[in-house]
Amino acid sequence: MLRPQKFLSHTLLYAALIFGALVMVIPFLYMLSTAFKGQIYILEVPPSFLPKEITLQNFVDAWQSNNFARYFGNSLMVALATTAVSLVVSAMLSYALARFDFFGKNILFYAILLTLMLPNLMLIIPEFVLVKNLGLRNNLFGLVLVYLAFSIPLNTFLLRGFFEGLPRELEEAVLIDGGSYWTIFWRIVMPLSTPALATVAIFTFLFAWDEFTWALTAIDDPLWRTLPIAIATFHGEHATQWGLVFAASLTAIAPVIFVFVSLQRYFVKGLTQGAVRG
Amino acid sequence: MRSLSLRARAESAPPKRRLFLTPYFFVLPAALVFAVFMLYPLFEAFRMSLFDWKITPGTTSLFVGFENYAHAFRDEVFWMALRNTALYTLVTVPGQMILAMLVALALDAVPRGKVLFRTLFYLPVVTSWVVVSLLFVYLFESSEAGLVNYFLMHIVHIISEPIPWLREPGPAMVAIMTLGIWKGVGWSAVIFLAALQGISAELHEAAMIDGANGWQRFWRITVPMLRPTLVFVLVLLVIGGFNVFIPVYLMTGGNPLHRTETILTYMYNQAFNFLEFGYGAALSYILAAIIFVISFVQIKFLRQPVEV
Repeated sequence: MLRPQKFLSHTLLYAALIFGALVMVIPFLYMLSTAFKGQIYILEVPPSFLPKEITLQNFVDAWQSNNFARYFGNSLMVALATTAVSLVVSAMLSYALARFDFFGKNILFYAILLTLMLPNLMLIIPEFVLVKNLGLRNNLFGLVLVYLAFSIPLNTFLLRGFFEGLPRELEEAVLIDGGSYWTIFWRIVMPLSTPALATVAIFTFLFAWDEFTWALTAIDDPLWRTLPIAIATFHGEHATQWGLVFAASLTAIAPVIFVFVSLQRYFVKGLTQGAVRG
Repeated sequence: MRSLSLRARAESAPPKRRLFLTPYFFVLPAALVFAVFMLYPLFEAFRMSLFDWKITPGTTSLFVGFENYAHAFRDEVFWMALRNTALYTLVTVPGQMILAMLVALALDAVPRGKVLFRTLFYLPVVTSWVVVSLLFVYLFESSEAGLVNYFLMHIVHIISEPIPWLREPGPAMVAIMTLGIWKGVGWSAVIFLAALQGISAELHEAAMIDGANGWQRFWRITVPMLRPTLVFVLVLLVIGGFNVFIPVYLMTGGNPLHRTETILTYMYNQAFNFLEFGYGAALSYILAAIIFVISFVQIKFLRQPVEV
């Protein structure tokens, strides 16, 4: 049974939370309604949230006339490649840092910690010169290599912490049975780490899917644009066609929101790891 | 798994093994990418910052020592960019942390709906900076048709004329900082909520029996218990604040007349619009130095010497 005082305070808290949630959600609703409006209704006064007529025209235009399917495909390839490779190589490095002693280990680990603190953008000028000299401009491979470098430090840091907490008895047993460390890594360490790997995979995928500045710098051939660049360019080219810009934006964020809503616990875990432990 | 554990040893955590080649096999792929695309550019950026760097083939870059750094200190636009970046950080970091703490405390106190509200507050966090920046350009339209202007004029009646948000430096900074706070609140709130849920209810009950009110309990129990989390969030948000780039680049481009420029937009423009690569590299090293010093000071003075 709730006491009257508690009931009152809960009502006030819910009122405040609903107000806050509205502030978070209203911009999205406005974007959604604009994307479904026909072109003529968009800059109307007063602004309206409910389209008088719902139309999919903006989505159709975005996909058909503007090469959008290709940009979607570019983004998907880059994000998947970055995630898969980064996951495997970061996990291998993390395993070595957690289990072995080797020459250069401390220097490597401190270098990783150092780059964790530095802004990625600070490297964009030398990265540009390097990638240009390697002939990897306007090439999705050039994006993936740099995204790998940006994602390896954080992923290694997170996975190393997780691996150190894994029990070693199983690994010992494999060694006694004549198995190699490679077997241990794939048969024991990786399967036992699924939750940590899922968290790392989600964050890496999101990072590569959303990355803007490096793609803007490395790509100027329209064929190799990724979604964020395509959307920003879209805005530049169709400054008044907000319906089109938001139809494109919604297409880009829909998979992200779907993944977030269905895998929320991994997000929360990823965020609070390290943070709460202090 | 069960059959293997029969043979498991009782001893825990054997010493780390020293093997000859195996470790390097695991280290090599990641270390190679890290060295070529992270460490090398880090040194290269410093080297470039010492040159009047020429990107065009066939021209030689001139060694100028620390001239690019000296130039920054004489450059009015650099100081304006630094001021704007500091202002953005000083406003958005406390803004996010205070609002996030209120949200987290409310979520911790209510019996139902935590997950739903957490999801809604987190939506802006998972949405890409490009999309939310363009969305805010639309919301902060200069005409009466812009949602923010319409709201201020006709719903709450605070202004009588539409504000030309992104065309004037002051209002543009307000719009950019509003976006920064709006997008970030959910991130801190989720971290704070997880930390709050880790504080045992007994502490609060004991304090309540001793007659402490909610305010006193917040400052005497919640804040000290959350201290490591608060410092962690503070340090990361300050780093993020100094790195503000995409919203400024897309909402104002640093205009009008550099008045909304931040360090990174200025660095980017110098490098990729004016091809001043050496100067841009110097600016990025100055930014890194600022971030490094501020983070170091925060960690040094805010972290408790003894863990509770």
